[in-house]
Amino acid sequence: MKASDLLKETYLALVANKARSGLTVLGIVIGIGSVIAMVAIGQGATSSIQSKIQSLGSNLISVRSGAQRGPGYQISSGRGSAQILTEDDMKAIQNEISLVQSVAPEVSSRYQVTAKGTNTNTQVVGTNPSYSTIKNVEIAEGTFLLDQNIKNMSKVAVLGPSVRDDLFGENAASVIGKTIRINNIEFKIIGITKEKGDSGMNNQDDIIYIPLSTAQRFLIGNSYLSTIDIQIIDQDSMTLAQEQITSLLLSRHDISDSTKADFSIMNQADIVESASSITQTLTILLAAIAGISLVVGGIGIMNMMLTTVTERTREIGLRKAIGAKRSDISTQFLVEAMMLTIIGGIVGIFFGWLAAAIVSKLDITATKVSPLSVILAFGVSAIIGIVFGYYPAKKAAKLHPIETLRYE
Amino acid sequence: MIECKNISKIYQSGDESVAAVKNACFKIEDGEFVAIMGPSGSGKSTLMHILGALDVPTSGEYFLDGKNVSELSDDELADIRKNKIGFVFQSFNLLLRATVLRNVALPLVYANVPEEEREKKARESLKNAGLDESHFFHLSNQLSGGQMQRVAIARALVNNPSLILADEPTGNLDTKTGEIVLESFQKLNKEQHRTIIIITHEREVAEHTDRIIHLRDGEIVEDLKITK
Repeated sequence: MKASDLLKETYLALVANKARSGLTVLGIVIGIGSVIAMVAIGQGATSSIQSKIQSLGSNLISVRSGAQRGPGYQISSGRGSAQILTEDDMKAIQNEISLVQSVAPEVSSRYQVTAKGTNTNTQVVGTNPSYSTIKNVEIAEGTFLLDQNIKNMSKVAVLGPSVRDDLFGENAASVIGKTIRINNIEFKIIGITKEKGDSGMNNQDDIIYIPLSTAQRFLIGNSYLSTIDIQIIDQDSMTLAQEQITSLLLSRHDISDSTKADFSIMNQADIVESASSITQTLTILLAAIAGISLVVGGIGIMNMMLTTVTERTREIGLRKAIGAKRSDISTQFLVEAMMLTIIGGIVGIFFGWLAAAIVSKLDITATKVSPLSVILAFGVSAIIGIVFGYYPAKKAAKLHPIETLRYE
Repeated sequence: MIECKNISKIYQSGDESVAAVKNACFKIEDGEFVAIMGPSGSGKSTLMHILGALDVPTSGEYFLDGKNVSELSDDELADIRKNKIGFVFQSFNLLLRATVLRNVALPLVYANVPEEEREKKARESLKNAGLDESHFFHLSNQLSGGQMQRVAIARALVNNPSLILADEPTGNLDTKTGEIVLESFQKLNKEQHRTIIIITHEREVAEHTDRIIHLRDGEIVEDLKITK
């Protein structure tokens, strides 16, 4: 039997039972569609988390004061104001480690901030101009902190858009030049940062930047740093740089046992990796749940094919009587099952893609339908056709011509 | 040419064995028109299955055109049915959702006849079976019983088989239509010298043929040429 004849036979057989074929295909459509949609949502979430973390600065290593106690456990920031990291440490890192491109100091704490009649509680970061390049802070209006602000200990502030909205309202005209009070000290606004969005860990828009010198002198009252942000020249040198920074700081702090370090060091690549691994696990979990419906759809195919074989027993007998071999019969039924799953697969891919697009459109989460998941879904649906069509096809082929002709 | 040498078919049910056909010996020459007759349970269907290469005998040898069919595998039997035998069944066994032409062309699909030739052969075959051209594109379930059986005859003819086997071809038809169907068989035999075997339990049907092989309890009790 030629392929074109086989397809024609298959088409006629499936069309003869439109409702049943349609319902059976629906099972596969739902299975494949949900796998595609789930994987798209999972992968979209992964890449959006990755890009948000990347937006906090690339090739970034952060050194924080305070030891790391056990994996992932950061010492409380109550002692975080601990007097450990100094500006000399930062200068040493910059001057002695060649892989370092630039560094920025950070002191940060939460303060009550007031403007005319409004107030908010937000994070205030004291830092240097280099911070903006390292951490990808972009300015929407005005300027970021300038070198002269640091030198003069100016009482100036750069506001995140959320802070501005909280203090001056969303529809406020330009606030540059207006004043706010941080811890009852008056600061002049010199810039507003561009909106970055919530990275999931901390909101980069709900923040106020002031000169490091000003923060140390007027707010914190000492000259220690809470964090040193370090940008490394390229991605490949991250691990090496991390090791060099660690040993430099250990020797500067006279600590010989690295497990007793009084600082913790975080590599941005590690953060990206651990965040991605969480979402990837979730993706697999979602896809596995969706996969169950695919199996149920496959059982639906098998059920329909078994019914079909029984119903068409006489037809099978006739085909055998006019010269069909076992393989002709089994191929015919197998192709019928595969046709159902492949049609289901194609329609399912379309609906899965549609569902993913709707989820994106409604801003629930970003989605990404990868070509690989489409190819995989298509392959899986064909395989389901073979797996669940094999037994009914075999059963049909094994029927004895005489018994099938007599079958009522 | 058909030659049966001592054909027996024994069915085993539990400890008991039942011989459906016992030591059948006969020859049918090319161009003969034969009836195999007997009451139900006489073994005539079993014999037809063996002659039609749907089954093999338990013992004995069956030669079709000089080839020993009694020892072939399933797939080889399928080839014999495809190339040498045309079946006509009591219940027609047409594909109901397919057109008349498609039904008739179906054996050609399995014989890998190119698509262009199929329709030509099917049309020719339908004319030989006496079906009017106006029905060619009807679905087979829109036809009357007599028309259906003529479609089935056309399907049996389309592969140009050495042997046409008709199992109770008039069993589902009224007398008048049955008569027309039997006349088409006679015509095919006289004009095209087709070898035709009709299996029936009715003497009136058997008498349309030239020779009656009478079966009773699995044995041939009478083999008689009819002179008209």
